[in-house]
Amino acid sequence: MEQFIQQLVNGISIGSIYALIALGYTMVYGIVKLINFAHGDVFMVGAFIGFYSITIFHLGFFPALLISMAACAIFGVLIERIAYKPLRNATRIAALITAIGVSLFIEYGTIYVRGAQLESYPDDIVPLKNFDIFGVTISGKSILILAVSICLMIVLQFIVHKTKIGKAMRAVSHDMDAARLMGINVNNTISATFAIGSALAGAAGVVFGMYYTKIEPLMGIIPGLKAFVAAVFGGIGIIPGAMTGGLILGVIEALVSAVGGSLWRDAVAFVVLILILIFRPAGLLGKNVREKV
Amino acid sequence: MNLLKKAKGFWGTIVLVVIFSVVTQLLINGGTLNSFYVNTLFSIGINIILAASLHLIIGVTGQFSIGHAGFLAVGAYASAIITMKLGLPFPVAILAGGAAAAIAGLIIGIPTLRLRGDYLAIATLGFGEIVKIVFLNIDYIGGASGMTVTHLTTWPWLIACVVITIVVIVNFTNSTHGRACISIRENEIAADAMGINTTFYKVMAFIIGAFFAGVAGALHAHNFYIIQPPNFGFLKSFDILILVVIGGLGSMSGAVIAAIALTIISTFLSSYPEVRMVIYSLVLIVMMLFRPQGLMGSKEITSFLKLGKAAKGGVHNDGKNTVA
Repeated sequence: MEQFIQQLVNGISIGSIYALIALGYTMVYGIVKLINFAHGDVFMVGAFIGFYSITIFHLGFFPALLISMAACAIFGVLIERIAYKPLRNATRIAALITAIGVSLFIEYGTIYVRGAQLESYPDDIVPLKNFDIFGVTISGKSILILAVSICLMIVLQFIVHKTKIGKAMRAVSHDMDAARLMGINVNNTISATFAIGSALAGAAGVVFGMYYTKIEPLMGIIPGLKAFVAAVFGGIGIIPGAMTGGLILGVIEALVSAVGGSLWRDAVAFVVLILILIFRPAGLLGKNVREKV
Repeated sequence: MNLLKKAKGFWGTIVLVVIFSVVTQLLINGGTLNSFYVNTLFSIGINIILAASLHLIIGVTGQFSIGHAGFLAVGAYASAIITMKLGLPFPVAILAGGAAAAIAGLIIGIPTLRLRGDYLAIATLGFGEIVKIVFLNIDYIGGASGMTVTHLTTWPWLIACVVITIVVIVNFTNSTHGRACISIRENEIAADAMGINTTFYKVMAFIIGAFFAGVAGALHAHNFYIIQPPNFGFLKSFDILILVVIGGLGSMSGAVIAAIALTIISTFLSSYPEVRMVIYSLVLIVMMLFRPQGLMGSKEITSFLKLGKAAKGGVHNDGKNTVA
């Protein structure tokens, strides 16, 4: 029982990292209908920026988090402006292939620049105690991850529902042409979406690095794919869906490792994906939309 | 008359291929081609089969599958089990590799091909990863350390498989069934409305593509002495995908030319793997930005030779609105 609760807590903390990445996927997909394969690599870049600002500039955890978020926001906008914007009217497949290309370019560009070796996050960035609740030990890191993710999600909800840019984002995702006719600057709105999504991925990168301590240039692939699974699971394009999807996926994975299938952990996410695509393609919170000719 | 001409062209090509392969075999036996060139030649042949099989799925039927390395892995492992564990001859292994991959294609195709575009891409990607993880966890075939395989792939087997693959896929594309597949690529809803059983044809194209990927897997396994699950990951799928995309979505000759050219290029870049991937990804991005239909579009090489005559297979609008 104790073991079970511990795994549940682990699952929730890794799940909230997936949720943070999934939010970027889901927002971008909601607006431009593009699976941004490079999103997992923005996450990796965020982890490295956080790492370098902690080890080289001796910053604390929170300044490093903010710097990484800001840098990733700029990076995300650059990717969008250079690679995706010229393809806005191209076929979906062309955009998808470009996204794969950008992803590989970031991964192997990073390896080319700094080599493929591992880096490890320093262990003592934040002084954390482990908590004992009813005999169950819960690590302080898990609590910190959960707190950071929940704060960011609240901020995101605030931006999307209470600010002008959030209103513009919702309008563009609903109907891009109508939004343009209403005087919304669609290009800036799309860039803002990429900026916010990438900032969340950057934050997830720093948090991931702190939790798992090991980072390397190809670390973004698997969490990126799993976060995409989480986004599809919750219903792609729906922000609360990405959060629930991420948390549920994290918990499922933790439970599978708990029953002894840790080698199969990575396969579980994809099995979940294929099952959800077959039985409920619109996702948990999505509505079925009839296709019109 | 026309039929006779076509038959002549076909047999003429076959004769040329036979002469080419006999000459190559003599050069290999005589030692004029050293092992480096022979290896490159074998890689080219395997890549041509892979590119042709993926061309049938992506280029002709318009189903964007990025888990092709999964079929390659299934074929490689199935054939390796046949020769190494059961001790059966190599031709049986080739067929078994193809058949196993085709069955995998059937199993994965029926549920996932109901999905479209992006979702299909992700589902096939997931399939490729699942195959890799499954092979990693089976001890019978060596798990993570892989499986050693004896070298059985010879030049005659290789060239025969390449020729059969190309002939079957080209003939399929030009048949009634192939036209049904092309109509699915052009507009799935319209094809459905015209009475084409779209699911049936999508699964059929998927199975044929998977079969030949499995054959390539058998040749691959018996050429490289060792097979390991990590070699069949997403990057391998991407390597195959780039052949089809650069050659031109919907062009068989484009896929073959891209397979030959890129294999040669990557052999020369093999000492700098990062540089190779950086160049590949840049080429992919630049290609999509400036020439999204690929080098050949949906044209075949024959359409350049016989000016004025339309080529078989594929539409004639330069692929402007081909893939969904």
